[in-house]
Amino acid sequence: MPALSPEQSSPSAHRALGLTDAEFALIIEKMGREPNVVELAMFSLLWSEHCAYKHSKKLLGLLPTEGPKVLMGPGENAGAVDIGGGLALAFKVESHNHPSAVEPFQGAATGVGGILRDIFAVGARPIAILDSLRFGEPTSPRSRYLLERAVAGIGHYGNSIGVATIGGEVYFEGPYEQNCLINAMALGIADRDKLIRSAAAGVGNIVILFGALTGRDGIGGASVLASAELDEADQSKRPSVQIGDPFEEKKLLECSLDLLDRELLVALQDLGAAGLTSSASEMASKGEVGIDIDVARVPLREADMEPFEIMVSESQERMLCVVEPARVDEVLAVCAHWEVNATAIGEVTERRFMRILVGDVVVGDVAVEALVDDCPLYDLSPQEPSHPIYPAPPRTLDSQDPQEILVALLACANIASRRAIFEQYDCLVQSRTVRRPEQADAAVLVLPGGSAIAVSIDCNGRRVACDPYRGAIEAVLECAANLACVGAQPLGLTNCLNFGNPEKPHIAWQLTRSIEGLAAACAAVGAPVVGGNVSLYNEGNEGPIYPTPVVGIVGELPSAGGAGRLGFAREGDVIALVGAFDPTLPGSELAKLYGQELPQGLPNSPTLEVAAAAIEALREAVRAGGLASAHDIAEGGFGVALAECCLASAIGARIDCGPAVGDGDDLRALFGESAAGFIVSGPIAAIEALPEVLAARLCGEVGGDRLTITVGAAQIDVALGDLHAAWSQGLASATA
Amino acid sequence: MKTGVVRFPGTCDEVDAQLAAAMVGDTVILWHGDRDLQGVDAIIVPGGFSYGDHLRVGAIARFAPMMESVAAFARDGGPVLGICNGFQILCEAGLLPGALLPNVSLRFICRQVDLDVANTATAFTRACVPGAKLSIPIKHTTGRYYAPEATLDALEADGQVILRYAPGHNPNGSQRDIAGVINDRGNVCGLMPHPEHAVDDLTGSSDGLRLFESMRDHVADASVVA
Repeated sequence: MPALSPEQSSPSAHRALGLTDAEFALIIEKMGREPNVVELAMFSLLWSEHCAYKHSKKLLGLLPTEGPKVLMGPGENAGAVDIGGGLALAFKVESHNHPSAVEPFQGAATGVGGILRDIFAVGARPIAILDSLRFGEPTSPRSRYLLERAVAGIGHYGNSIGVATIGGEVYFEGPYEQNCLINAMALGIADRDKLIRSAAAGVGNIVILFGALTGRDGIGGASVLASAELDEADQSKRPSVQIGDPFEEKKLLECSLDLLDRELLVALQDLGAAGLTSSASEMASKGEVGIDIDVARVPLREADMEPFEIMVSESQERMLCVVEPARVDEVLAVCAHWEVNATAIGEVTERRFMRILVGDVVVGDVAVEALVDDCPLYDLSPQEPSHPIYPAPPRTLDSQDPQEILVALLACANIASRRAIFEQYDCLVQSRTVRRPEQADAAVLVLPGGSAIAVSIDCNGRRVACDPYRGAIEAVLECAANLACVGAQPLGLTNCLNFGNPEKPHIAWQLTRSIEGLAAACAAVGAPVVGGNVSLYNEGNEGPIYPTPVVGIVGELPSAGGAGRLGFAREGDVIALVGAFDPTLPGSELAKLYGQELPQGLPNSPTLEVAAAAIEALREAVRAGGLASAHDIAEGGFGVALAECCLASAIGARIDCGPAVGDGDDLRALFGESAAGFIVSGPIAAIEALPEVLAARLCGEVGGDRLTITVGAAQIDVALGDLHAAWSQGLASATA
Repeated sequence: MKTGVVRFPGTCDEVDAQLAAAMVGDTVILWHGDRDLQGVDAIIVPGGFSYGDHLRVGAIARFAPMMESVAAFARDGGPVLGICNGFQILCEAGLLPGALLPNVSLRFICRQVDLDVANTATAFTRACVPGAKLSIPIKHTTGRYYAPEATLDALEADGQVILRYAPGHNPNGSQRDIAGVINDRGNVCGLMPHPEHAVDDLTGSSDGLRLFESMRDHVADASVVA
């Protein structure tokens, strides 16, 4: 072997890079010698939590990943399902939490950029983006700043690149104050037989880096930022945040798809966390080959970069591909057409090593297996906490009057209209959007041929904090319910598991129980997991975030024109409460307004099986076409859901549920929360035709310009204008 | 009719524009670096973020080789429709009066708005009935139409203001609610709303189709005259 270049790393360098002493000892054992600076930098990134999933990989094995429609499961840049007509739908959700907590505009923007590259790296054209955001209470200036800048960053990237942002969700809760969550999901479509994998193949094939120049931005992002808790010194981590350029990515996207269309590539991979190190070694690992990279050939933004910096730079908007030698000129010509830089920087080798060269000098030489597969996986030590982890939220409401409660709920940040946010996103480009935000519970996109896909993303972290198992189940049920309301059947699921430090027993318990809950619920609603992301160490000075297993489900519906809507449609239509609704107040939005402690545990009612059956029946009812509207009951319960049905189409309703039932707790009936409850409207014949499993309860009629509700002794009679004022200003005032 | 849709690096809405124009005729993409107009009868300069909006919206695109051909085509009386970034580019190129400034809110806004058709006797609005209202989306950060008062007076006097935001629908602070204008000869039009996103009721509205039908009818009449 050629002599390795100088510079052994200093004795404790590994700790500064986030590796434990035991991990460092294992690296020496695997290599048979001490790593040099370049090699240690590569190990520190690929053995980081962010890249190696060392605290979650064992648990992720619990999730169901197979299904009749699954084309590509976990492990590729994105998962993919069959959507008929010879088309595949690729999708994935990913976090960009810590960069966004440090620099929200660029953090959120590059989060979008990164997830889009994952989509076109499998050969799919990105068609839609959704975002799942968490901030502290909007009463906090820091939260308002993070919200404003993160939303601007998402819009800046998504709008500029011509991909529609069609949906998402945002919650405001105290535990996200220090550590906001920015999760971005993207979807893309491709010809089914043109999906491309990332395995490098063909010894002697050329490795080409194309896209933006490589600079010092984002060095150590995966290890320093993403795999440790946030603290007060985070401003000093700003240089670890990458800077995004959607114009560069737009060219890269068109160029990549053009290269694939011309069938010029053997393999394709994006450069994300850990840059060249991660993408090249993962390509080599999957293809069971080695790769030589000459860092002297990498086009640089700054002239004097060290080899290790080039190998770990997280500069955005770059891709790596493997090309047969005879096609290299053609590839370079296509890149030139799109004004995209492209440079051959290496080649595929038989010896399964990542060899880093500067010209002829070898500066790093590590077995691919050691880098990619040998990172130790840790067992967690889960322990259910004996006392509440989270403080009770501050009390913001005293009134027990149903009408005042309804107005307060509609104005609260978790329920108020999201218009002030989603109007900053282009939801139309590419001409597929059949249901825009606030028109239906799920976004709907029409496909060539007139069928459609629907997508929803959700997770109520407070519910998961109350009960990680049940809360995770509810996240899946909520998404499936949203899909059912437009008539869509789940095809596949992606998740982003946002948790605190898994080395702490109670966080390990949250993570373990949530994944168990997800596994059960995915199976029950028929949504196999095709990919996702884990984001751990989400803690600030004041403790961990609420456990937040964000769930995104995509589904199909036979006819785009038949997609359901959430708003009441016609005077005289009858309104029914349907499904397996079994509301309770502990853990609800109203309980939060009252400042109540989170309960330790949520009721297992309706059971997963009963809820899944109700959701499926509701979906079939929407597909049958007789209903005028369908809306899932979520935060704020029955009362808020009714108001949302009215506000969506500016038409009133008269509701009379008759005398109190059950325990006679009218506030529970009005504002309690549960999975699998729905409000539907339509002609009486359509309501009467609903199947028994939906247990339809006729409760009122559409019409007028007021919402009147009688539930037991509780009376509400309020002008829509007043409801609209509360609902439309609740969040707008926080974003002004 | 054959419509050419210009594509710059960073253009986003060219496929939508092509789909819309394809509902009234044939279409072809015109690459920014080329000069050949491929015998088109009409040109659309579509929306997006040409050259990443670097320097100033539309400021770089106007120097593209294809824009020389577009300008020559316009000088010869050929119909040219600029949508959003296309409008910005046509203003930068001096093919239309006025300029587009940042929205009053300084934010990107995507919203369905109502438009009043202010002049139905143009190559771009002739398929609209007088007094027509159109429901068409806008989506931009830099869409506030500006021109000196004297220019605005002249534009209005000459019927060059062809689309206005309906009362209460002006999303960006445009002077006199102006959403779309034509040049003095009437063959070059720029508008901030996106008619190409409003050609199918399934996706929200089909009112935008009137503009494409108008161009088709105009080209058909022109070829009869020729």
